[in-house]
Amino acid sequence: MTAALQISGLVKAFDKPAVQGLDLEVRGGEFYALLGPNGAGKTTTLRMVAGLLKPDEGSISVFGTDALADPIAAKAKVAWVSDEPMIYDKLTPLEYLEFVSGLWGVPAPLGEARALELVDWLGLGPHAGQRCGGFSKGMRQKVALAGALVHEPQLIILDEPLTGLDAGSARQVKDVLLAKVAQGTTVIMTTHILEVAERMAQRIGVIAKGRLIAEGTFDELRSRSAGGSTTLEDVFLELVEEGAEDEALAA
Amino acid sequence: MSASAQNAVILPVRWFAGHEARLIWRDFTSLMTGGKPQRTALVFTIIAAFAIAIHAYAAWLLGPAVEAGIGPTPQTLMIVGGSLVMFVSLMVSQAIESVTRAYYARDDLDLILTSPASAERLFHVRTSILAVQTVALSVFIASPAINVLAYLDGPRWLSAYGILISLGLMSTAFSVTMTLVLFRLVGPQRTRLIAQIVAAIIGAGFVIALQGFAIIFGQGVSRFAFFESAQNAAAMPAMDSVMWLPVHGAMGNLPALAFMLVLGLAILALTVRFSARRFAIDVLAAAGLREPQAKTVTFKGFARNESLRAGLRKKEWRLLARDPWLVSQTLQQILYLVPPALLLYVNYGSAEGVDTVVVPVIVMAAGQLAGGLAWLSISGEDAHELIVTAPVKAGTVLRAKIEAVMVVITWVLVPFVAVLAMFSPLAGFVVLAGGAGASACAVFVQLMFRSQAKRSLFRRRQVSSRAATICEALASIFCAATAAVLLLAPVLAWLPMIGLGLVLLFAWLLRPSENRG
Repeated sequence: MTAALQISGLVKAFDKPAVQGLDLEVRGGEFYALLGPNGAGKTTTLRMVAGLLKPDEGSISVFGTDALADPIAAKAKVAWVSDEPMIYDKLTPLEYLEFVSGLWGVPAPLGEARALELVDWLGLGPHAGQRCGGFSKGMRQKVALAGALVHEPQLIILDEPLTGLDAGSARQVKDVLLAKVAQGTTVIMTTHILEVAERMAQRIGVIAKGRLIAEGTFDELRSRSAGGSTTLEDVFLELVEEGAEDEALAA
Repeated sequence: MSASAQNAVILPVRWFAGHEARLIWRDFTSLMTGGKPQRTALVFTIIAAFAIAIHAYAAWLLGPAVEAGIGPTPQTLMIVGGSLVMFVSLMVSQAIESVTRAYYARDDLDLILTSPASAERLFHVRTSILAVQTVALSVFIASPAINVLAYLDGPRWLSAYGILISLGLMSTAFSVTMTLVLFRLVGPQRTRLIAQIVAAIIGAGFVIALQGFAIIFGQGVSRFAFFESAQNAAAMPAMDSVMWLPVHGAMGNLPALAFMLVLGLAILALTVRFSARRFAIDVLAAAGLREPQAKTVTFKGFARNESLRAGLRKKEWRLLARDPWLVSQTLQQILYLVPPALLLYVNYGSAEGVDTVVVPVIVMAAGQLAGGLAWLSISGEDAHELIVTAPVKAGTVLRAKIEAVMVVITWVLVPFVAVLAMFSPLAGFVVLAGGAGASACAVFVQLMFRSQAKRSLFRRRQVSSRAATICEALASIFCAATAAVLLLAPVLAWLPMIGLGLVLLFAWLLRPSENRG
């Protein structure tokens, strides 16, 4: 089976190295959580996958399509949702979804039907005709999520999508993502809310200093824990500490 | 006095003013040096050289008048008075802008208003600083003329500085009052937009009105033509009228100067005294605002059979049409077209050479408007990441954005071209070609200097890249010059065209590294 995402030897440096020879594989139809401390390289990695940054070295393949050689074909399969919702204050949710449908080449009748369904599903119905400028963070994030779903991507990449959301909005976003995974869509998500990763993700990758230091299901990661940690938070902190020690020794 | 008012921390004015002054100074130096402190000496050397040059120009301009003797004639009073009114319109416009910004910019207001510091004291300090800023700009602009007059005609002219200070204080008081009244009448949401439009109209309105009068009464396009007319002077109040008090003060009458200074201070002090309590309430009202709230748009269904580029253009037009900043900007650009339009109307079919005045103004306005629109479309992209992650070639997006801008410019330009072409087809053609050229050049410059920014930063676009601003302005000027020369002496049109080519070459060479390749 073709991997949803295949990353090999990915390198990116700004003033200092951000991603250092990262290898990562995400299977089709799985919910994958990418964890790591601040500055670990999670967002940089995912921005390279989404086509927002060019890697210095390495390869990225999305469902078998080389994202660096044929970025347009790769982008057609991907949706990107960041922690800061990318929407237009002067457009209504439905106008925004019309625009996104056009960008992804979704036929108008199909796009309209999906948009109306998504607006309902995400509880945006009463606000569908209002300009987004006055929306709360949660509503803006739901509009952005609707934009990510309206073209039915095979792979959804979310960077800290739950940051700043209230409990109700966060629950709605999580339910939508789980439903999409159940329908066969692949979801990759970074989050600092470890409980969310523990509950939702089928596999978890831990990244530190631009390298993947651990990967597996929660149980697999827990079994690696030398200190007998029981929560993902403990496992995560232990793994990150180990990674830092290994690096110090290697240096 | 309420318990909360009693518990408020009364900040020492000097401490607070010092804090504000430091922030303003750092903003100013950062603006001037582009955030590179090592450039400070160079920048101030350039400013000094510019000041010397502008003083020399003022001396050349005013020298003959001083030699002829500047007496207290009705014409002199009208020229000095008219100049003061121009400065008042500038100061009021600037003060309205600043007061509105003080109310809506959240920078540190949240911090200050949630501290136990007195909001009234904050208002006192901020209003005083606004007054200083308002006066400073006019003093800076007027200083060459005042200094030259003081040097050539006697130190009595230095009292004009005092009159500018007095008028600046009154302008600030007026702006504060206007903003507070607007808050009462139309609420915080509309106040910002109305204040911006009023500021734009007042800023440009007086000069344009003067030109309009001069044109209508056949005195040419000079704004001073109106003041130099003996007929107009005869219609003015007597020379000892109170109306001329600021003018007498500016010309060295010390009692008039003292009266104006006291009046200015008293008006501002009273305004601050009576409006300070409203400040915290209104600022909090503005804080709860996220523009534009709950504006409902009827859903008409997704457009069928729309191409990708058509969809992109439609999005740009929707955003442009719903942009209040743009409304005030466009209004200002159109206001500048009123005098040439009047000139055209008054001289319709009769005057030779009218088109050489009208054509460059329209071409210049088209270039400036295109620059603003191009920035909004090309750089001011609120959903940049959405566009970049979409399966669309960057070139397609850019092409659609440029098309959107050019179509809007065409719509603005066509009525002027049509009217002009009715009595001078050549002028109509030149203004069309010139307007298209100026717009294309403005778009080119914006493309060269494009950088990702929020549309809400539109007002700051001119300070974000001075190279882009200068190139854009010069390109419009050279396009306007080319159009004028084409009508007057076509064989010489290559001269401004070379200038235009050099500006575009500089824009291409100076473009930031991220826009290369």
